[in-house]
Amino acid sequence: MSQPAAVAGHQTHAHEAHHEELGFVRKYVFSTDHKVIGIQYAVTALLFLFCGFSLMMLMRWQLAYPGAALPLLGRILGEARMPGGTMLPDFYNELGAMHGTIMVFLGVVPLAVGGFGNFVVPLQIGAPDMAFPRLNMASYWFLFLGGVTMLASFFVAGGAAQSGWTSYAPLAIIAPGQTMWLIGMIFLITSSLLGAVNFITTIIQLRAKGLTFMRFPFFVWAQLVTSFLLLLAFPPLEAAGVMQLMDRLAGTSFFLPSGLVVSGQVLNVAGGGNPILWQHLFWFLAHPEVYVLILPAMGIVAEIIANNTRKPLWGYRSMVYSVVFLGFMSFIVWAHHMFMTGMGTTMAAFFQTTTMIISIPSVVILTALVISLWGGSIRFNTPMLFAIGFLPMFGIGGLTGLPLAFNIADIPLHDTYYVIGHFHYVVAPGTIFALFAGIYYWYPKATGRKMNETLGKIHFAGSIVCMNVIFMPMFLIGLAGVSRRLFDGGASYAFAQPVLHLNVVSSWGAWILAIFQIPFIVNFFWSIRHGEQTGPNPWEATTIEWAAPSPPPHGNFLVAPEAHRGPYEYSVPGAGKDFLPQFEA
Amino acid sequence: MDIPYTVEVRRDTGLTNGKIGIWLFLASEVMLFGALFASYILIRTGAPVWPRGDTILNVPLATFNTLVLISSSVTMVMAWASLMRRRLGTFRIYMGVTILLGFVFLTVKYFEYSHKFEAGLFPSTNNFLAIYFTLTGLHMLHVFGGMCVNAYLLGPGSKLWETNPKWFTNRVENSGLFWHFVDLVWIFLFPTLYLL
Repeated sequence: MSQPAAVAGHQTHAHEAHHEELGFVRKYVFSTDHKVIGIQYAVTALLFLFCGFSLMMLMRWQLAYPGAALPLLGRILGEARMPGGTMLPDFYNELGAMHGTIMVFLGVVPLAVGGFGNFVVPLQIGAPDMAFPRLNMASYWFLFLGGVTMLASFFVAGGAAQSGWTSYAPLAIIAPGQTMWLIGMIFLITSSLLGAVNFITTIIQLRAKGLTFMRFPFFVWAQLVTSFLLLLAFPPLEAAGVMQLMDRLAGTSFFLPSGLVVSGQVLNVAGGGNPILWQHLFWFLAHPEVYVLILPAMGIVAEIIANNTRKPLWGYRSMVYSVVFLGFMSFIVWAHHMFMTGMGTTMAAFFQTTTMIISIPSVVILTALVISLWGGSIRFNTPMLFAIGFLPMFGIGGLTGLPLAFNIADIPLHDTYYVIGHFHYVVAPGTIFALFAGIYYWYPKATGRKMNETLGKIHFAGSIVCMNVIFMPMFLIGLAGVSRRLFDGGASYAFAQPVLHLNVVSSWGAWILAIFQIPFIVNFFWSIRHGEQTGPNPWEATTIEWAAPSPPPHGNFLVAPEAHRGPYEYSVPGAGKDFLPQFEA
Repeated sequence: MDIPYTVEVRRDTGLTNGKIGIWLFLASEVMLFGALFASYILIRTGAPVWPRGDTILNVPLATFNTLVLISSSVTMVMAWASLMRRRLGTFRIYMGVTILLGFVFLTVKYFEYSHKFEAGLFPSTNNFLAIYFTLTGLHMLHVFGGMCVNAYLLGPGSKLWETNPKWFTNRVENSGLFWHFVDLVWIFLFPTLYLL
């Protein structure tokens, strides 16, 4: 890889010449450079996203054509899972639990926080690296171990976890496969904790001169709040994981009530535990986790919208206050996932009120982003298309959440396909679109070349159509009352018959979506060598990461950058060009 | 390339990176133990009968252990203070005593545990013992972790003193913060499990 314009920095970084060249392993495998670690995170996460997507495509076969033999692939998966090509219920449950786990903990979070956070945040704040480079390396390798443990669980006796990504007790304690899941989760939690400590310290301490908090790009704010959520919400799940592990291995009864009957026999445990306790501890993490999934996505979209409308973000301050408030509120809404547990009307009233309140900052941010489009001379490049696509998709996801937030309306909708439709609109065409936008946007910074626009536009058009074909029918299926947990997609229930054909529509949407990812995969690899070559600032952007050469060398900047103004000074009246970078005096 | 503020404080925050890092880490530890204490409260309030801690557990031994841990916190501060006075020899003695006291704590805990096992009291016996073994077990892991870090600072880590004494002193201080936290957790564990 070439490092253009490296000449200018020879004097300021003369001491670097004395460093001996690192070997391949230290440079690309056990690297402490935040950019390499960011790319490691991103590539690992993309592989896991593909893996989680594949599990889901298998499930969609069973849902569209329950009991039908899957041609070819069914044989490969073996007699234990798919005898004669027909899927066994246990295998379906494994796929379901692992799809959720992999997508959330090994796909989206590592890409949004580990990948983009690591690569972009130090560059955007003008830092030479993360505050603790070796800790950073450890975070990645803990994630890697967690991922390997999760994947390996498919191949051990008893198979992978089968109790959903929520692992509700007591089912999770008596079902096979859960031990590996818990061990894997402990690795993943450790990884996130180390990462969160590192991000917060980096953002607070390693800011460039002049970069005050209110001059942060919105993406940095989003990452800062996200890190606090990870730091404070994950440990309770770690505690819960330890207790569930104790229940499974040491025979304790933290989550097992007295007199629990399994297969007609009373379970031989001390009892006295509380299954609802698991739900509280789990959702205490998992609700903030929803914001861990969405905040970095909002950050990416904000960067791209400001850049491609060529005007400042509308309401930057309101957005910052909203994101901080949102982070705080996300800790006191968790029990809206638990209206069906019979926790009483007082508790339900409290949690539905806080849930209504938390929707306000989300709406403020989304509205500010939409208003930012107003009157802009918009450049419709691939990152911008994905960013604009994010807005209505996240909007649908958010608005369909309102009925779920109300105690009364939640009762008929709880655990139906409506819920699946709702949160997939937030995460799949929402967050994942924003992540694609981010990949197209920062790819030139990482490689020095742009990705191909034509392939990118095909990728976008196909994806947005297919995403809606997959998830829109789920609202109808869910409103008809079909439970999300059914192995046959509802085929054995009379009331589900009128909506069963929608399962077929949804499944074909998923499979065609897979085909439309091929242009992206081709583009991703082809552009490394053959993409259009670019300088340090191909998008004419204002934030500090664009001051570094593309790709940035070890240590990032040739001259230590300084922030002279706010992050989005586009189209300033009287200026010579339509953007005034933060890093130019 | 050097990371700034590893040794010197940043002017506007008044902190080094390590200091912020360790406090953030401790915040997450508070949430970890907080969740376990909360679970303890929930399970106990939901139980029809709950044994008093002193009828099952050995209070005198635990009192002794409390004193051991508090003393080790004092020696930990003394170790750091010796470095501030630039006396590496005294640091070595105090740090050694700190590790030794940690070791005494673990040994006492070992006898407590094995006594319970001999009496047929296991985590699976009832939920009081379940929470007792989980909380104290996790705490012991933290004690062990702190001892490992301290042992590193006493042994190979102390080479840093020759090249960058200030950085080394900061490291000892941060390790001390963790050690005090572990001590503090025990101060909460002791009355909760043994006396209430």
